[in-house]
Parts: sequence; C-alpha cells; structure tokens
Amino acid sequence: MIAARQMTREPVAVRIGDLIEACRDVIAEHADHLCHLDRAIGDGDHGTNMLRGFDALLAERDRLDSQALNDAIGEAGTILVMTIGGASGPLYGTLLIEMGRQLAAFNNPQDFAYAFGMAVDAVARRGKSARGDKTMLDVLYPLSDLLRQGYMARTVLERVTGLAETTVAMRAMRGRASFLGKRSIGHLDPGAASCALLVSAICRQLDKE
Amino acid sequence: MTTANMNVGIVIVSHSPLVARGAADMVRQMVGDSVPLAWCGGNPAGGLGTDMAAILRAIEEAWSDAGVAVFVDLGGAETNSEMAVETIGAPRSAKIAICNAPIVEGAVIAAAEASGGASLARVVATAEELSPS
Repeated sequence: MIAARQMTREPVAVRIGDLIEACRDVIAEHADHLCHLDRAIGDGDHGTNMLRGFDALLAERDRLDSQALNDAIGEAGTILVMTIGGASGPLYGTLLIEMGRQLAAFNNPQDFAYAFGMAVDAVARRGKSARGDKTMLDVLYPLSDLLRQGYMARTVLERVTGLAETTVAMRAMRGRASFLGKRSIGHLDPGAASCALLVSAICRQLDKE
Repeated sequence: MTTANMNVGIVIVSHSPLVARGAADMVRQMVGDSVPLAWCGGNPAGGLGTDMAAILRAIEEAWSDAGVAVFVDLGGAETNSEMAVETIGAPRSAKIAICNAPIVEGAVIAAAEASGGASLARVVATAEELSPS
C-alpha cells in the first residue's frame, strides 16, 4: 500500500495495481467506440492501440504495484510507449514518465497537482500542440487547473466528460484529423475521449478507496 | 573502419513496412552500400503503425559516428522517433537528426549527399530543402 495524495486534499492510500486494472477495464469496455471515433477523423486504430498498451500494463501489474508510486508511474509510461504503437504511445507515455520524474523530485506529496501540470506541459511539447487544438490537451489542461484548485476526485469525475466534449466544436490543428480541416469539426476527438475515460476510471477508483 | 561506417547513416520510419522497405530499396539503388541504412515500419502487433523498440534497433543498425538522419512519415513515426532519440540519450542523441522532409525523396537525396562524405548538418539541410518552410 502506497500512501499519497491523489487528486484530493486528504491523503489516500493508492494501490497502483487497482488503478491499472480500472484503466484497462474502461479501455477494454470502450475500445470499439474509440476505434469508431478514430475512424471518423483518423486512422481508426485508437481503441485497439490503447487496449494493447493497457493489456501490457495489466500484465506487469504485480511488479508495478510493488514499486514506489513515482517509479511505478514512470515505468508504466515506458510500457505504454513500447506497446501502444501509435502517436498516443509517446503522448500518454510522456505524461506518465514526466509525472514520475516530477514526483520523484518533490518530497511533499501535496505537489501532485504541480507534478501533473509539468507532465501536461511535457505532453504539449511532445505533440507540438496547445489547448484548443482538439487533442487530449483539451482534457488535460483544464484537469490540471482543477487539481491546482484542490478539487476532489468526485468533482473531477463530474466534469471530465464535459471537458472531452468541448473538442466536438473544435477544428483539429494537429495529427491526422488536421488533414480534414473544417470537416474535423463536429467530431469528438478520440484522444480526448480516451483521456476522459481513463481519468474517470481513476477518479472512481480513488473515490472508492 | 569501412567507408559505410564513416558516412552519415540513414533510417527510414514509416507506418507501413512496405513503404519503409520500398524507400530503403530506392536508397540502396542510388548509393549501394556506401551509407549505413536501416528501416522499420508497423506497430508492435504487426499492423500499420510505429514501434519505438523497432526504431531504436534501426538507429543502432544504421549507427555511424558521423551521425544518423531519420526520415519519418506521419505523426506517430515522428513522436516515437523522438522518444527513441531520448532513450538513446546524450552524447549520442546529439548525433541523431529527425528530418523535416518527405520520407522517400528526403531519404534518397540525403543518402546521395551522405555517400559523398557530407556532415550530418549538410545531409539534413539538403533533405530539408525539399520541404516548404
């Protein structure tokens, strides 16, 4: 059992293995839908790629569960980079690797929100994207703001799906969806969708604990 | 050290193994084995996509102390190549350039430049002249 403050003001006990399982399950449940969203404005493999990555994480569950939180998060990022195989591998991988690196640099677990913010900036650099480009950043940046303001898992859970839905009205500026220009407007971004699913799964798990 | 090892190496990273291999065939036709060359394509499951571990192996295979120029097609090929370069780390990462150039034309023109013994900076600049700035 690892004690840490995770998206809440009060310390909660986090089992990284349970979070991995919750994330894998939500991706498995929605993999077809993620592929469906990706077929509309991309190459149609987002759900398949994400499931391959999270299946690989689940296979390492026990090993990751025995590590310190920062090490487990960073290692999980490396596994996702090696297994997802699409652009989302380096993006989700960078998020976790940088978060692990930042968490290791701080002694105060209260700095989770700060570490998360640094990790989101790293994703933006990796994807050469900004808020409003119709990407996972349109979930991650507002989420980072909520965490800095000290909102709890339950509030994040209530809002995160709405954050992903803001991408529907956006025109894609990065990735294959940008090739469609204005025709990308009106579609939910698959990366924002998977991001909201994962954050929801993590929040539900943390709220349970 | 053979001539090939003194020249800048070329790596081709496509979502499709057929595209990567085809581009590599065109490079070989142009420069023979005078430049180190490697390619990879496809995701870890064998479908269309990119695979960071395969990119790492390709860079090692085409490694030259003069440097390596990497040619990529779409988004994931670029981001996964960036991760591979960071994984290799300093000091070697400074000798690896991911080129902003069309994958086929870029690789062929870069290889032609490399086969004459040009520096990494010169090889990259020649290939990137193909891209509208």
